Amino acid sequence: MKKQTYFAAALFFLMFSFKAKAQETEDLLSLVDSGGTTKTFIKSAFKSTRVINGHSLEFLSPGTMDFRILHRFGQLDQGYKNFFGLDQASMRMGFDFGLYRNLMIGVGRSTFKKELDGYFKYAPIMQSTGNKSFPMTIAIAAGITMNTSPWADPTINNYFSSRLAYYYQLIVGRKFSERFTLQLTPTMVHTNLVALHTQPNDVFALGAGARLKLTKRIALTGDYFHLFNGIERGVTYHPLSIGVDIETGGHVFQLHFSNATGMNERAFINETTTRWGKGEIRFGFNLSRVFQLKKKAKTDS
Amino acid sequence: MKKISWLLIVLLFAGTVFAQDKYFTKTGKINFDATSPGSPEQVEGIHKSVLCVLDTKTGNMQFSVAMKGFEFERALMQEHFNENYIESDQFPKSEFKGMISNNSSVNYTANGEYKVSVKGKLTIHGITKDIETTGNLVIKNGKISATSVFTVLLADYKISIPGLVADKVSKTAKIIVNCLLDPLR
Repeated sequence: MKKQTYFAAALFFLMFSFKAKAQETEDLLSLVDSGGTTKTFIKSAFKSTRVINGHSLEFLSPGTMDFRILHRFGQLDQGYKNFFGLDQASMRMGFDFGLYRNLMIGVGRSTFKKELDGYFKYAPIMQSTGNKSFPMTIAIAAGITMNTSPWADPTINNYFSSRLAYYYQLIVGRKFSERFTLQLTPTMVHTNLVALHTQPNDVFALGAGARLKLTKRIALTGDYFHLFNGIERGVTYHPLSIGVDIETGGHVFQLHFSNATGMNERAFINETTTRWGKGEIRFGFNLSRVFQLKKKAKTDS
Repeated sequence: MKKISWLLIVLLFAGTVFAQDKYFTKTGKINFDATSPGSPEQVEGIHKSVLCVLDTKTGNMQFSVAMKGFEFERALMQEHFNENYIESDQFPKSEFKGMISNNSSVNYTANGEYKVSVKGKLTIHGITKDIETTGNLVIKNGKISATSVFTVLLADYKISIPGLVADKVSKTAKIIVNCLLDPLR
């Protein structure tokens, strides 16, 4: 009886020590890994800070500048005589700056209406994983555009404010997987002076933008804005763009087909005058090059 | 009596498991440099919160590195590192699990400096390979400083460098490990 007790006790301790030993060789890291993951923000939901025309939920990294050259060519249905629209081009040149992880500003100038534009984009909530994560990004963008072309009628009393228009946008989106991102962007565009008094000063639209990543460096993109008012039958249409993002080492090329010519919110939402159904589409591209303005402090090891 | 002494031996054996022989850090540093010779810009990252545990009794040594923690001088490079090369969303961690082969020659209780050889399995980008390298252990006032420099071939871990950036990114990465280990309580 006594012998058995000793034996059982010995066996128990042996088992215990073996168990401990087994743990030791296999999982040293679990001894210090607290298990809880730190909060990390999702990056690379889109290749660029714009889907095609509209703002995307992506932000520039702090301390970087994005130099953007945008081109929209003529209509494809102009045929060979105009080289399928490539003979004419409208362009916008812009500089965007990443200030903080969730704040960026930008300025640009378009040839169409010699328009200057500026905006800021701020995300109070960004999609993240880990502790206290949130499943989507919520951002706001607000901008102002200024028409600098000569007054249509210089003989009348023209006001500076007549040159201005504003837009306000909410960007709600989520990177659902490594491949797929979707966002919705309710937008309001206010134009101080409209051409006709049948046109509203405030135009409301709901935009949608998506990306489908095909390979590491190529993605399909699309963006569409549905206008609830301000659409004039036979004059203006809802802007739809479908394109491909190609990322090389330092550049992002966004090639696309679109019925919109405008390259700022006021222009492409209010003044898209051609439609897909009739082949009145244009080829266009956005070229983005990111520069590091502020280098991160190098730490010695 | 004989049985009791046998039991005591077993007890002792079980007891040693709880002795103070594990060292760790959560703030280890790892640098890597994958700059091609003649590249105009440095392709290098630094990580300042590497997890490392060393069992001085067995010589077991393990590292864990959250890949998103690598910091680069250029934000875009960091983005490309995570999105295109390492694919950090898919493979968030790199790990090393191995042994100090000549552990018995290290006296952890006294100050000193030792050359050690380390052998084990390195997992990067979801791919595990056997590696063998040498390192340095400096024991000073109950703390262990572990350093090592070695090179990995990126192709071994299925990290492909496209031709377009071949003049900037090298096919191999030099990895510098620098950890100061405290006793684990």
